[in-house]
Amino acid sequence: MSSFSFENRAGIAERYPDVFRTDWWQRGRIAILVGGAVGLFLLGIVQLDIPFNRLSQGMVRLGEFVQLMLPPNPGSWAEVLKYLHALGETVSIAFLGTLGGALLALPVSLLAARNVVANRIIHVLTRRGLDTIRGVDTLIWALIWVGVVGLGPFAGILAVICSDFGTFGKLFSEAIEVADKNPAEGVRSSGGNHLHSVRFGLLPQVFPVLLSQVLYYFESNTRSATIIGIVGAGGIGLQLAEQIRVLEWQKVLFLILLILITVSSIDWISGKLRFAIIGRRAVA
Amino acid sequence: MRTAVPEFPEARLRELADRYAAAIAAKRRRVWLGAAVLIAVAIAAGWMGEVSLGNFVENFWRFPAYFISIAPKFSFATAWSDLADWLWGLRRWARLLGDTLLIAYMGTLSGALCGFALCFLASANLVKSGTTVFVTRRVLEFFRTVPEIVFALIFVLAFGLGPLPGVLAIAIHTAGALGKQFAEVVENIDSKPVEGVAASGGSWVQVVRFGALPQVLSNFVSYALLRFEINVRGAAVMGFVGAGGIGQDLIEAVRKFYYTDVSAILLLIVLTVMLIDFLTEQLRHRLLGLEGSTR
Repeated sequence: MSSFSFENRAGIAERYPDVFRTDWWQRGRIAILVGGAVGLFLLGIVQLDIPFNRLSQGMVRLGEFVQLMLPPNPGSWAEVLKYLHALGETVSIAFLGTLGGALLALPVSLLAARNVVANRIIHVLTRRGLDTIRGVDTLIWALIWVGVVGLGPFAGILAVICSDFGTFGKLFSEAIEVADKNPAEGVRSSGGNHLHSVRFGLLPQVFPVLLSQVLYYFESNTRSATIIGIVGAGGIGLQLAEQIRVLEWQKVLFLILLILITVSSIDWISGKLRFAIIGRRAVA
Repeated sequence: MRTAVPEFPEARLRELADRYAAAIAAKRRRVWLGAAVLIAVAIAAGWMGEVSLGNFVENFWRFPAYFISIAPKFSFATAWSDLADWLWGLRRWARLLGDTLLIAYMGTLSGALCGFALCFLASANLVKSGTTVFVTRRVLEFFRTVPEIVFALIFVLAFGLGPLPGVLAIAIHTAGALGKQFAEVVENIDSKPVEGVAASGGSWVQVVRFGALPQVLSNFVSYALLRFEINVRGAAVMGFVGAGGIGQDLIEAVRKFYYTDVSAILLLIVLTVMLIDFLTEQLRHRLLGLEGSTR
């Protein structure tokens, strides 16, 4: 069967010249793209002054850290309780942050959706406002809120609410814009006013999609809630940063494993809930 | 012409109405139950997260007050010199922003290459060995779930302060995130080209190169661009833990109450993020458009 010899190939090439012709234009474009990417990378190495000697030393030191991490060990039961409490704070931050952000974003996303509010100025302004809020990272929001309500998980909750407000506002308004407009028109034609058409024509369609997005973000917020402790906004990040600074590597690994388990279980639960709410097909 | 409107007998009508009412009531009960559970969980989380409305009401004025205090001094009479005062460090900040973008770029590129190499091993339709798939997936999950700032904290200790730990932290996180997304794309491809290459005697690498890769490449690039967008945000805060970029200057300005500097740096970050979002969106649309036209 493997008689794909050279004379054979030449024959085929003669019969189908289009397939075998070298496309220099295409190749040139690929070469330019790859060259540009590599060039930018090299520029980065020069500009950021990446020290290659430290790369190898650092790898060795990283190996030592990993050796010191094994086996994971929290120290004492009192420590375990402290960590579990911090973990509870983290999950609370993620939960209330997601919930608050979603509740605040719902009315605003209606304003930002083209098919609900026809006024162009309102919707452009809302969009840009949401973009600005989204451009500020959760950690920065946490810094600001720590200054307002003091250290602790409450500042973390408010920070997650702020950054989720921007994200959800954008996601929700996009989901609302792609909704089928026939039900809304049906409500209008049978005598409902604009609010009726939004409530009975639009929201029932998009609500499951929004809920699924909220559940998805609950998981991702758990991840960001694990780190805002680094700037003092409560949760397990505070403990983690502290243990890294004092080089208690066994405790560090214990905390990382704790975070891994929590995030995976929340991922699992939110996945189950999403399937239950909108069915398997629409999740993607 | 008369038409008979079909009408159910009274008893049948009442039965249907009752059923409808029961169905609606069951739905209402479910909604109320769900709401009750949600509220209970929210209260428990509020207790755990030390939510204090008193504190909130008492101190909320500080939130707008903060934004007012970071607002730059500005009057139209001296507009230019005010602007120059506000953005006094523009040259330095622009360089740091450029560094931030480069950190994000280098992290995304190296992470995407790692994710690219690993994703085929994590795809159940290309690898026969279940162990390989399982192990690769767990490794990717580890890379993805540990937040990049935590990697950065550890890498700063190993590699010293500077952009290098930031690049590595972003690269590892990106490898995990993109590896998973890439693997999902690969698992959804059409199996016919793959089988075709395998049937005509191709090796595993050839199967991947000629059977799988042409189907997934545009999706891969699209995901990588999206990840670049996310990484720009991530790189902006890498400096908080000493891993390079503009974050260092931002956290210093916040901690030392250099109010107008805070607003200037924040504005520059937000503008950069918006610009990058806009550019990558354009690129992605063109990419997906190209794919659509060749099909």
